[in-house]
Formats: sequence, structure tokens, C-alpha cells
Amino acid sequence: MSNRTPVIVGVADVPLRKGMVLDGANVLNIQANAALEALDSAGLTLADVDGLMVTGMWAVPGPGQLMSVTMAEYLGIHPTFHDCTNIGGSTFEIFVARAAMAIEAGQAETVLILYGSTQKSEQSRNLAGRAPVFNMQYETPSGMPTPVGGYAMAMQRHMHEYGSTPETLAEIAVATRKWAKMNENATKRDDLTIDDVMNSPVISSPLRLRDCCLVTDGGGAVVVTTKERAKDLKKKPIYIKGYGECATHWHIAQMPDMANLDVARIAGERAFKMAGMKHSDIDITQVYDSFTVTVLLTLEALGFAKPGEGKDLVANQNTAPGGNFPLNTSGGGLSYAHPGMYGIFLLIEAAQQLWGECGERQVAGVRTALCHGTGGTLSSGATCILSTEEG
Amino acid sequence: MYDKPLPIIDSDSRPYWDACKEGKLLIQYSKSADKYFFYPRPFVPGTGERDVEWVEASGEGTIYSFTIAERAGPAFQEDAPFVVAVIELKEGPRMLSNIRTDKPYDVKIGDKVKVYFDKVTDEVTLPKFDLV
Repeated sequence: MSNRTPVIVGVADVPLRKGMVLDGANVLNIQANAALEALDSAGLTLADVDGLMVTGMWAVPGPGQLMSVTMAEYLGIHPTFHDCTNIGGSTFEIFVARAAMAIEAGQAETVLILYGSTQKSEQSRNLAGRAPVFNMQYETPSGMPTPVGGYAMAMQRHMHEYGSTPETLAEIAVATRKWAKMNENATKRDDLTIDDVMNSPVISSPLRLRDCCLVTDGGGAVVVTTKERAKDLKKKPIYIKGYGECATHWHIAQMPDMANLDVARIAGERAFKMAGMKHSDIDITQVYDSFTVTVLLTLEALGFAKPGEGKDLVANQNTAPGGNFPLNTSGGGLSYAHPGMYGIFLLIEAAQQLWGECGERQVAGVRTALCHGTGGTLSSGATCILSTEEG
Repeated sequence: MYDKPLPIIDSDSRPYWDACKEGKLLIQYSKSADKYFFYPRPFVPGTGERDVEWVEASGEGTIYSFTIAERAGPAFQEDAPFVVAVIELKEGPRMLSNIRTDKPYDVKIGDKVKVYFDKVTDEVTLPKFDLV
């Protein structure tokens, strides 16, 4: 390992009240606030940033999205490395990978990864499908509630092939809420029982309201720099041990196997191989929980459970505080916040756990964390394995 | 008046939607790849063979998976509950459509289905499925 070894040195998210950003802040403002806080926590300033990675669902209307260009101008910086890739909510895990590659290649010194959304404040989300153009001309006219209907069909197929049940999913929702109750920044902190989940209204069978993530605002930032630069900084460097990514479809009928999440299996295999690590080396796991079923499919595909045996891994509140498999320790998209693209918050929580900053919900002795993002309708997956230990 | 989203028909999909208007479900076939596929493209997805011909599908298939939409986008909420399903056609390809039934909660994976054609406007006919 050289001194150009990429490391994470700062993270931040923005405070929410009832799932909304404070003072009606706009989407550029909240990203800048997250950026400044993350940089400051590391001992860096905007002047140190030469790489900028931004994705999201906002943009100046009209041709072109140019998110990193817009944010660079707002921040008043002139980055020499840009990335606005969008593969859905998993984009932030591939941003970490790309930041690492750019830093190793000498193309960037300090990379800022940003996300912001004010979808809750703007009330801009509903279940309508995507514009019925290109591949979506074969999907949207069906009226499939989007994206929940696609996830619901994956669960239906999983139940058919493996005998998992809606109660399996309720275990996940309840365990995640228990973590949220220990996170004062979480949006949903009231009690939630298995019965509450099972009695919540069906949205798209077999998924119920409490199987679905929240709809909130949110913003976050992650700072990646070199091990050499990190020597002078405030945070213990977090090493990026391995990463992997894959995408298979956008139109749900093109998903290769609805009961088995190929994108997560492939991304996870690549990440574990690169890291030279095995599952038992992972202390905490943060996986995208757009829906409870996303978690079930992801844990199996990543190899934490065999196909069809995820129900045993999540049974009896095993993923809740005090269980054997600490999972989504912030309260996740189900109970903490879900501002459209959640993947950056997996990284933020993992880093804060690795630094021992999580207070009541801190898991003891965390040295390694696995983050896995999912994008689209189970369309893309990306894994990052992080560690406080270089070797 | 039909006020739900309609397909934006393009050069790839024009023959498919034109055939739907005539009560025919077209998929594509490549002899060199010996493969049927859907949705329409001028080459075999993944391998690129270009000897693609349109063929009329049997219209028969089975339900690979499905959901009952109790909540939906604004244009569809009045129809809830309704069934959205991935149909595996007898020829192999899968497509997303709706199942016509009065008993949505009786639908099961593996149920056999047969296409019917729902003329929603003068320009667009949507292929949908009945349980058989």
C-alpha cells in the first residue's frame, strides 16, 4: 500500500424535522451544509477539494443535468475530477469506488461526495410510474405502483420459491425501528411491533405500509482523500478494502431472477474478493432498505445467508440491538430517513460506527463494515467494504 | 376518455403496437441464436445477432410473479385493487401486464393465462391477460 491509499476522513448528514430539512432550505444549500460539516469534521476546507461527485433527482430544468457543475459553482470551487453517475440509490457506493480509483491514479487528492433531496418538502413523490418512453412503454401502462410493485413481485416470487412469509419482513421492520429508537436524528422513533406491521394497510401485495421506506428530505456528504493527507487530519482513516457493482435491468420484467438478487451477489463477490475477506470478518452491515424485502434479498445474495435462508438470519430480532447480526444501525430507510436515494447514508452510518461516534446505538468493537446499495427496482447493486485497519 | 399513461411509440416498438391493434401479440426471434425475446430491439440482447424476425406469439403463458396494487399512481387509483403480473410466455420471454379477474387475491404464481387485447384509444391497444 502506498501513501496514495484512499481513505474516508469525513462524513455528515443534515438535520431533519418531521422528515423535512430545516427552514425550507433548498437542495444546493443542504448539500453545501453537509459538505462544510464533513470537511470541518475532518480538518479540511473547501479549498482542499479537487474532486466532486454528485447525483440526485434535482437539476436546473431543461437539457442536461450538470449536477457536479452546478454544485461546484455554488460551492465556489473548480474541481479537476467530476462524476455525476446515476445508477440509482446505490450510486454512492460506486462513488466511493471511483473516488478510490481516481485518488490511486493521481487524478484527485480530496474528493467530496454529495447528495441532497427536498422531495418531502416539495411533496414531489407519488406511486405513478416512470414516463412511458423507451423500455418503460412496456411497464408504465400497466399501472404498477412504482417502485413498490416491482419489489412486491420479487417478494411474491421469493415466498413461492423459498417459503418466506410477510412475518419474515415484519421482523426486519421491527428490528430496524429498534435501532432508530436509539438514534435521536431518526424520523420514526415510536414503538413498532410485528402486529403493527402485519396490520398496516397493504400497498402492493404482499408489501404493507410498514414494509416501505419513509419519504423524507435529506442530505449528506462523504470526504475521501489519501492516507498521506489523512496523517494531519482529525479522523482515524477508514480504508476502502473492496468494492463491486452490477446492474441487470431497469424494466422489472427484464429482471433475470426475481427471487435471487443477482446484482448484489455479483457486487458482493467482487468486493469480498478484492478485500480478501470473508463474511465472518464483517462486524456491522448496512444494506439499502427501500423495502423490507430489499434487505431479505440482499442478505441472501451477499452470502450472509443461503438462498431462502434469510428468514432464519432475521428471525427472533437477530438484527436488532443486542442481536448477533447488527444491521442498519441508524434505523435505515425504513425508520431513519429515505430522501429518494439512500446509499450515501449507509456510508455515513458505517463511518460513524467505525469511529465509535454513535452514542447509545454504538456497536462495540466495530473494525469492519459492509455497505450495500440498491438502485432502481432491484436494478443495480454496489458493495463497499470498509475498515479502520489497513492490513 | 382514457386518461392513463399511453406508450410513447418509437421506431423499435411501432410494429409491436401496430400488431396489438390487429389482435396479434408479436415477439421477436433470431434463427442463428435460436432465441425468442421481448421487448422489441433490432438485435438479440446480450449477443447481438441481427437476423431478427417478428413472430406471432401463442399468447399463452404462466404467471411468473404478480402483485395486487391496493395503492397506485393517481391515474390508476380508481381501479385498485388490480393485478400487475410478470407473464412468462410459452415461447420464453417475460412481459409485464395486467390480469383481468374479479378475485385478485385468488391469483397464484404458475396460473395459466391467455392474452386478450384492450383497445384503450384509437391509437393504442394494450395486451392484457385472462386466467384460463
